Amino acid sequence: MEVVYITIGVSIVVAVGFFIVFIKTVKSGQYDDTYTPAVRMLFDDELVLEKDEKQIKDSKTKTN
Amino acid sequence: MSKGNCYHCGIEFTTEIIPFDEKKFCCNGCKTVYEILNINNLNCYYDLESAPGTIPTEIKGKYNYLEEPEIISKLVEFDDGDTTVVTLYVPVIHCSSCIWVLENLNKLNEGVKTSIVNFPKKTVRITFKNVEVSLKEIVELITSIGYEPYISLEDADNNKRKVDKTLIYQIAVAAFAFGNVMLLSFPEYFEVEEFWLDKYKVLFRWIMFTMSVPVVFFSAKDYFISAYKGLSHKILNIDIPIALGVFVLFVRSTVEIVFDIGTGFFDSLTGLVFFLLLGKFFQQKTYSFLSFERDYKSYFPIAVTKLNKEKEENILVQDIQIGDRLLIRNEELIPVDGILINGEAMLDYSFVTGESLPVGKNSGDKVFAGGKQTSGAIEMEVLETVSQSYLTQLWSNDVFNKNEGKNIKNITDSISKYFTMAILIISTLAGVFWYLKDPMIAINVVTSILIIACPCALALSAPFALGNMLRIFGKKKFYLKNAEVIEKIAKIDTLVFDKTGTITSNDESKLEYQGAELSSDEKSNIKRLVRSSNHPLSRALYDFIEENTTEKSIVAFEEIVGKGIQGEVDGDFYKIGSASFVDAEKDNSFNTSIYISINNKVKGKFVFKNSYREDVEKVFSSLNKEYDLVILSGDNEGEKNYLKSILPENTKLIFNQKPENKLEYIKSLQKEGKKVMMIGDGLNDAGALAQSNVGISISENINVFSPACDAILDASLFQKLPQFFKLSKKTMSIIVASFIVSFLYNFVGMYFALTGNLIPVVAAILMPLSSITIVVFVTVLTNFFAKNS
Repeated sequence: MEVVYITIGVSIVVAVGFFIVFIKTVKSGQYDDTYTPAVRMLFDDELVLEKDEKQIKDSKTKTN
Repeated sequence: MSKGNCYHCGIEFTTEIIPFDEKKFCCNGCKTVYEILNINNLNCYYDLESAPGTIPTEIKGKYNYLEEPEIISKLVEFDDGDTTVVTLYVPVIHCSSCIWVLENLNKLNEGVKTSIVNFPKKTVRITFKNVEVSLKEIVELITSIGYEPYISLEDADNNKRKVDKTLIYQIAVAAFAFGNVMLLSFPEYFEVEEFWLDKYKVLFRWIMFTMSVPVVFFSAKDYFISAYKGLSHKILNIDIPIALGVFVLFVRSTVEIVFDIGTGFFDSLTGLVFFLLLGKFFQQKTYSFLSFERDYKSYFPIAVTKLNKEKEENILVQDIQIGDRLLIRNEELIPVDGILINGEAMLDYSFVTGESLPVGKNSGDKVFAGGKQTSGAIEMEVLETVSQSYLTQLWSNDVFNKNEGKNIKNITDSISKYFTMAILIISTLAGVFWYLKDPMIAINVVTSILIIACPCALALSAPFALGNMLRIFGKKKFYLKNAEVIEKIAKIDTLVFDKTGTITSNDESKLEYQGAELSSDEKSNIKRLVRSSNHPLSRALYDFIEENTTEKSIVAFEEIVGKGIQGEVDGDFYKIGSASFVDAEKDNSFNTSIYISINNKVKGKFVFKNSYREDVEKVFSSLNKEYDLVILSGDNEGEKNYLKSILPENTKLIFNQKPENKLEYIKSLQKEGKKVMMIGDGLNDAGALAQSNVGISISENINVFSPACDAILDASLFQKLPQFFKLSKKTMSIIVASFIVSFLYNFVGMYFALTGNLIPVVAAILMPLSSITIVVFVTVLTNFFAKNS
């Protein structure tokens, strides 16, 4: 049953990992604007319809 | 009858229709925007939403000041000599098409690298190559497609406003620890005598301890600080029992695991802190697109054009000196008091007074800061600097410098005084009792009492009730600065209203014709004449006359500045203008009137009447039952009799109030012990709004202008004010009811504590259960009352 030490260790490492990721996302401002990205996501499709290659490229670089 | 709507902005056609590219437009501005977008393959704009646009404004020369390096450096966020980043506030952003077109600026101008819209904040962040394109060009570009940014002194002053995210981190830490500690302590809840469990419980306990340390010292630190501050001000606030509870939980749990007495209360501790912080977070709803802190700086331009020996020069508003000559263009704001030197001024003081009709001034007249020029360019000489001007010196009043400290007693704090006393007395008595009986248990009992009494449910009632009501109000377009305002509204006993722009409607000044009846031919002739004039009154009259214009030619048309217009149509000689101009007898009414004479015979006059908001009578008569009502107006007494006839008898009417007078009046009411609410709109109410216990600003367009206040109400909802007040009062009753429920929980818990039977599993069940039921209780009740009102 010494494996308990490992499983607990692993589970805590995973949990702490998620915790750090969450803090990072907050810091980077991901939750500052929860509305616009949802709308923006739909625009890229509209641009494809226009069949203008330059615009497609532009929109891709922007979403990066 | 509707003639259709503009393809670009969706405004219903009233006068002329401009056909272009098989689409119809209401004005050349809209057509131009369409052309720009069309040429650049941005037609998608119109596919996303129908008629998404706004009419672009005339901007010739308005943004010249953006060429000054000093001003640019104040506005931009980042500049490395090659790339510049600037965030502009664009109030008109309102739909997905707006986002789309603003994020595709790079197709309109090669110099733009990227542009990113933040919709809730209504800002656009533009990155551009400053060698290829200047800030001024960027601003002019987005203005030309109908998205005029709002650049003000305020932007220049505090460029970077950082959002405090500490609370989110605190919640994250608490949530993380809560979840993991719960899992780790789960086996011990059942006290199973099991070999392996027994072997690992030390490890489990110390992991729990490790996770609880940051919860106590980071997540819960604000409670300790607040408790300390409360004690040093001799106020027994709700944070004292909380801090005491958290502290005792932590110490007792640590002692238990160190001496292997038990498993401790780490699960309850982390859960408690998590729930408390969640309540705090829920209460912190803010409307990021609104500002409740505006002062005159956000209304005023950053720079003005100074005339220096026939040379134009842009200077910062702060740098204006007495004696300077300024050039004020069309649609620009007059930043300081001065004397009009040149040109015809038609000043729109609606930001200041709420009065929508522009005031005419001739050269030599004194002009006051805050007026917006509406007809051509004027020159003026400065009499006072910005901070010394009639309007702006209001802000030197102490009211604007007071910090609303934590000294305001809210409902939770007022009850916590007794609560804390009771807890301390009970724990002392119980401690003495058990010490005499069984000293070993005494410590156990006292700490148990402090743990169980930790007023989690009590502390959550108000944040959730107020936070939820704040959201409900927000959905109904009544935006509060913070949750405490609801509590303040519930305590109000006197209501003070501004008149113009508050109980009257801002943009629809109603015209009324008085005098000998005009034939429809005469009316259309008048309409034909006023069409030739750009005077705002002429335009208002033009819109008012329903008859079609004739296309008959005008003979001997003349516009006499400051007086009126005259001309011959159809052989008849018309004069339209002031009373003296048409030789009419001026009556004693204070209302603005346009007199008409035909062939030198006075026919009658068109009178501008303030149109009162819908249901003003109803609102006042229903408010009259519970509140003292006052009308505090900066206007003359012109409408006193009319107001008297529609408002309840005991409404006080006070006229001719200067901004400082309004502030002083509120102060004097407060000295009488009254809790005063000020309801106003213009900058001239700013002092009164700040001085009052609750200042509500009524706004036709909530996104653009409202002085510093506690709440912003959309003007169309004026008639709902009584409901909002009632709901605020109900919220307070809900909080009191939930206090009673949480006391019941405390009694149950106290039974376990006093008998010395508080085991971790009981605390772990009781604490979340009480918190969650309280939250559900207040949320359901507030929603129920909101729906039924």
